[in-house]
Amino acid sequence: MNSKEFIQLQVNGETRDLAVPPAKLLLDVLREDLGLTGAKRACDDSSCGACAVLVDGVPILSCVAIASCYQDSEILTVEGIAPPGELTPVQESYAAAGGSQCGFCTPGFMISIKALLDRNPHPTDEEIRMALSSNFCRCTGYMQIYESVRLAIVRSSCPPASAVATLSRVER
Amino acid sequence: MARFSVIGKSLAMVDSSSKVTGLGRYTNDLSVPGMLVGKILHSPHAHARIRSIDTSRAEALPEVKFVVTGKDAPNPFGILPIGHDERALALDKVRFIGDNVAAVAATTEEAAERALDLIHVDYEILPAWFDPVESMQSASNWLHADRPYNIEKEYHHVFGDPDQAFRQSTFVREETYRAAEVNHAAMEPNATLAIYEPDGRVTVHSSTQVPYYLQRTIAEVCELPMSQVRVVKPLVGGGFGAKSEPISLEIIAPLLAIKAKRPVKILFTREEVFLAHRGRPITIVELKVGITKEGKLNAVAARVIQDGGAFCGYGPVTVLYSGALLGAIYDIPNVRYDGFRVLTNKPACGAMRGHGTVNVRFAFESMLDALARDAGIDPVELRRRNMLAAPCTTVNGLRVTSYGLPECIEKVTAQSGWSEKKGKLPFGRGIGMACSHYVSGAANPIIRSNMPHTTVNIKIDRDAAVTIYSGASEIGQGSDTMHVQIAAEVLGVSPARIRLVAADTELTPVDLGSYSSRVTFMAGNACLAAATNMRHQIFAAVALTFGCDPARLEARDDFIFSQDDSRARLSFDQAIVLAITANHHGGLVAQGSYTPPEEARGGKHKGAGVGPSPSYSYSAQVAEVSVDTETGQVLVERIVAAHDCGRALNPVTVDGQIIGSVYMGLGQAMQEEMIWNHGRLMNPSFLEYRIPSTLETPPIESIIVESEDPEGPFGAKEAGEGSLAATIPAVANAIFDAVGVRITTLPLSAEKILAAIREQEKIERGVGQKSGAR
Repeated sequence: MNSKEFIQLQVNGETRDLAVPPAKLLLDVLREDLGLTGAKRACDDSSCGACAVLVDGVPILSCVAIASCYQDSEILTVEGIAPPGELTPVQESYAAAGGSQCGFCTPGFMISIKALLDRNPHPTDEEIRMALSSNFCRCTGYMQIYESVRLAIVRSSCPPASAVATLSRVER
Repeated sequence: MARFSVIGKSLAMVDSSSKVTGLGRYTNDLSVPGMLVGKILHSPHAHARIRSIDTSRAEALPEVKFVVTGKDAPNPFGILPIGHDERALALDKVRFIGDNVAAVAATTEEAAERALDLIHVDYEILPAWFDPVESMQSASNWLHADRPYNIEKEYHHVFGDPDQAFRQSTFVREETYRAAEVNHAAMEPNATLAIYEPDGRVTVHSSTQVPYYLQRTIAEVCELPMSQVRVVKPLVGGGFGAKSEPISLEIIAPLLAIKAKRPVKILFTREEVFLAHRGRPITIVELKVGITKEGKLNAVAARVIQDGGAFCGYGPVTVLYSGALLGAIYDIPNVRYDGFRVLTNKPACGAMRGHGTVNVRFAFESMLDALARDAGIDPVELRRRNMLAAPCTTVNGLRVTSYGLPECIEKVTAQSGWSEKKGKLPFGRGIGMACSHYVSGAANPIIRSNMPHTTVNIKIDRDAAVTIYSGASEIGQGSDTMHVQIAAEVLGVSPARIRLVAADTELTPVDLGSYSSRVTFMAGNACLAAATNMRHQIFAAVALTFGCDPARLEARDDFIFSQDDSRARLSFDQAIVLAITANHHGGLVAQGSYTPPEEARGGKHKGAGVGPSPSYSYSAQVAEVSVDTETGQVLVERIVAAHDCGRALNPVTVDGQIIGSVYMGLGQAMQEEMIWNHGRLMNPSFLEYRIPSTLETPPIESIIVESEDPEGPFGAKEAGEGSLAATIPAVANAIFDAVGVRITTLPLSAEKILAAIREQEKIERGVGQKSGAR
C-alpha cells in the first residue's frame, strides 16, 4: 500500500526525479512533491479545468492523470509559461482587462489560452469561446477573459482590425 | 487637469501578477512541517439520534493522531446571535445527509479516510422533513426542540393600507412563483489550515469572507480567549456568500490542531462544498400587486416561504431582505409582507450574492411585466412612472440618498434598441427588461454594537513607503486594489508606493467582512478617513516649512506643493522626513473608521434592522432571447446591463462585477438547480450541477451609471451584487415576449417552456373550437 516507484518528469524545462506511489495523480505530484501549486484542485471530477497543464503542448486535466504515465513528455505548468519575473502578453493583458477576479481558475485558463494561441495566433471570437469552453470561471462571466485574449493579440502582433475594434475600456 | 489621478482609473488589481503566474497562495496551497490531514465523517441519514459513537478502531491506526466527536466541542455557534444552533460536530442528533459527525487528523489522506471507515456510529433514525410547507405543519419530530413547527423565524410587516389600496387599484394580479435552490459554486473549495502554536495559541489560515466572525466563533467553540486565536485570510478563490459565515471545517481544523498539538489542514471535496452549502433557498413567493389605470404602483403583498435547511445560519436576515427590498426600489405606498423561514432536513442555506432579493425580484419584475400588458403600457414606461425621488425615505423606512435608476433605464433601453424591438420581433424571438437594487453594506452590524464597522490604519516611516492595514477581505472583487486607489488619490502618491496588509486579525484592525456589498462603501470610507488624517499630518509639517496655510497645499504625483507658490514644492520622501522630524514620535500613523449614520439605520418595527443601508445601488437590464418552439430551448442572445455604482473607482473592476453578477443570474435563470431526493442531493458535482461555461454564456454588455452618492467614498457605492437579480426576470420577460408563455418557476428550463407552449396551443385550439373561430 505504501510502496513507491521512482519516476522522472520533465516539468517546466527541468528534470525532476521523484519517488511516488504508483497511482499518484499528476496534480498531486505537481502540488505536493514539486511545490508547483499553480494548478488547482477544484472539482474532483475533471469538469472545471482549474488543474490544466500542458503535456507536449496539449492541455490535459492533471486531476485525472496518473503522473507516472507522463515520463516521456514535456510538462508545462502555469509557473513555467513565462521566465521567472516576466509575464507573457496574455498575463499582462489579464491584469489590464480584468481577466482574473478571484484568480482560482486563472492558471487553467492560462494553459488553455496558451494552447490556443500557440496553434492559432489570430483566433476569431468564436474560436476563443470554443477554446475556453472546458474551463469554468465563476467570477467574470468570461467577457473580460475574451477581452484579455484579444488585447494580448493586439499588443503582441499586427492584429486583425476586428480585434482592435472590440476592445472597449482598456488601454490599448 | 483631470479631477482625479487614480480614482476612476482602471488600475490593474494589485494581486494580478500573483494570480496569472500561479504563484499566489490560496489556503490549500499552504503547508507547514508536520502538518496532518483532517477528514470529516458525514451523516448518511437525514434525521437521526446518535445513540453512540465508537472511535476506538480509528484511534488504533498508527497514522491517526486524534479523533474528535461532538462532545469534544459542545458549545453552539451560528453567525447570528439569535441563531446559535450549530455545533462543530453533531452532539445529540444529525439533521441532514452530510451533517458532521466525527473528524480525524492523520499523517496521510489515505489513513484519514480509512479511519473514517472504522468509526462506528449507532443511529436511531427519526422521521425527516424535506418540504418546507409540510415542515411548517409538522406536529412532532422537529429539527430543533426550541423551534416549534420547524419555523425558524416569521415576520409580518404592514406599511400603509394595502387592503384599501388593492380595492382602489385598476389592475390587480396574484401569482405564486417558485425558485429552485442554488449553490454559489465558488471555484475554490473551502479549505482551512490550523496551526497549533507552541505557546497554546492557534493560527488559522482559512478561505473565509469573514475573518473577524471566524475568530470569534473559534474562540467560543474551542474555549480560548479571542486574543489566543489568529485568523489569516490568504487569497480566496471566490465566495459569493458561501464563506460569509463560519463553516464546519473552519472550526474542526483548529479543534483537531489543538487536540493533536499539530498543524491540521482540511480541504473540502466538491461534494462537501455542496453539503456545507449556505446557498440560495428554495423560495415560494405568493405575490399580489395592484396598479392604477395610469400605471402607478399602488400596493404590494407578498407571502414568502424559504426552505432554510437544518440550521438558522443567515436565515432570518435572508427572509427579512426579501421583504425589506421587495417594495423599496420603486415608489410604492402600501406594502404587506409575511415572511417565513422554515427548517428542513437538508443542508443549511445562507447568504448568496443578492442575498434575499433575487427570488422576490424575479416574482415582482415578472408580475410588473404582466401588469404593464394589462394596462397597455410599455414595461419600461411603467417603471418610469414609479421612480423614487431621492433623497427620500421609502415606506418601510429605508433612506435613499442617490438614485441612478432612471439613468440606468434610459441607457439600457437605448443601447439594447428597446423601442425598435419591443413588440416588433417575430414569434420565437423576444426582448424583456427588469430592474433590481441592492444595499451598500448593512447599516446595522450582525452583532449589535455602536463600535465602528471597519477601521483602517496607515503607517508611513522614513522609507516613505505607505502601508495600509485593513481587516477587509479581498475575495476577488477588488477590495485590496480599492484601498490602494483611495490612499494613492488622497496622499497624491503612485500606487506602487503603497503596500496593503489585509485580513489578518493579529495585524489589522477589525472589519466585519466581505458580505452585504459593504467593503467599498465602508472600508473605502475608513481608508479615505485614514488617508485624510495622514495627509493632515504631512501637510502640517510642510506648511510649517513653507510658512503657508496647510489648506493651500496639494499632494499629487509624489510631490507636495503649494497652490500659490510654484517654488514651494517637496518630494513626498522629503515631506515624510519633515513630518517625522516635526512630530517627535517617529513613524507616522493615522487611523480612520466608518460607522453608518444614525439616520441610515432604519425604522423601529421588529425586523427593521435588516434592509437599511447607507446607500443603494440600482440596475436595469434588457435581455434578448430566441425560443425554439419545437424543443422549448432558449438561447439568450444578449444581455445589456446598466448599474448605478455611485462612482466607478475602477471601471474595469466595476464592469467585471456587473458582468459577473449577470452571469450568475443567468446560471440561476437557465440551468442551475440543486435536485433533492428525500434529503439527498442528487447532483453534488460540477458534472451534474452545471454552471454556465463559455458555450452557455451570451454576450453581456455592461454600462456604468454614476449617481455620485453623497456619503460614498468619492461617491462610490455597491457594484458586486445588485445586478444579479434583474437578469432572471429580464430573461423570463423576454421569453414571454418571444412565445407568449410566462414561466413562474426557476430555472426556466426547456421542459417547462415546451410544456407551457403546448398547453397554450391546447387552450387556443380549445377556445377556437368552442367559439368556432380560427
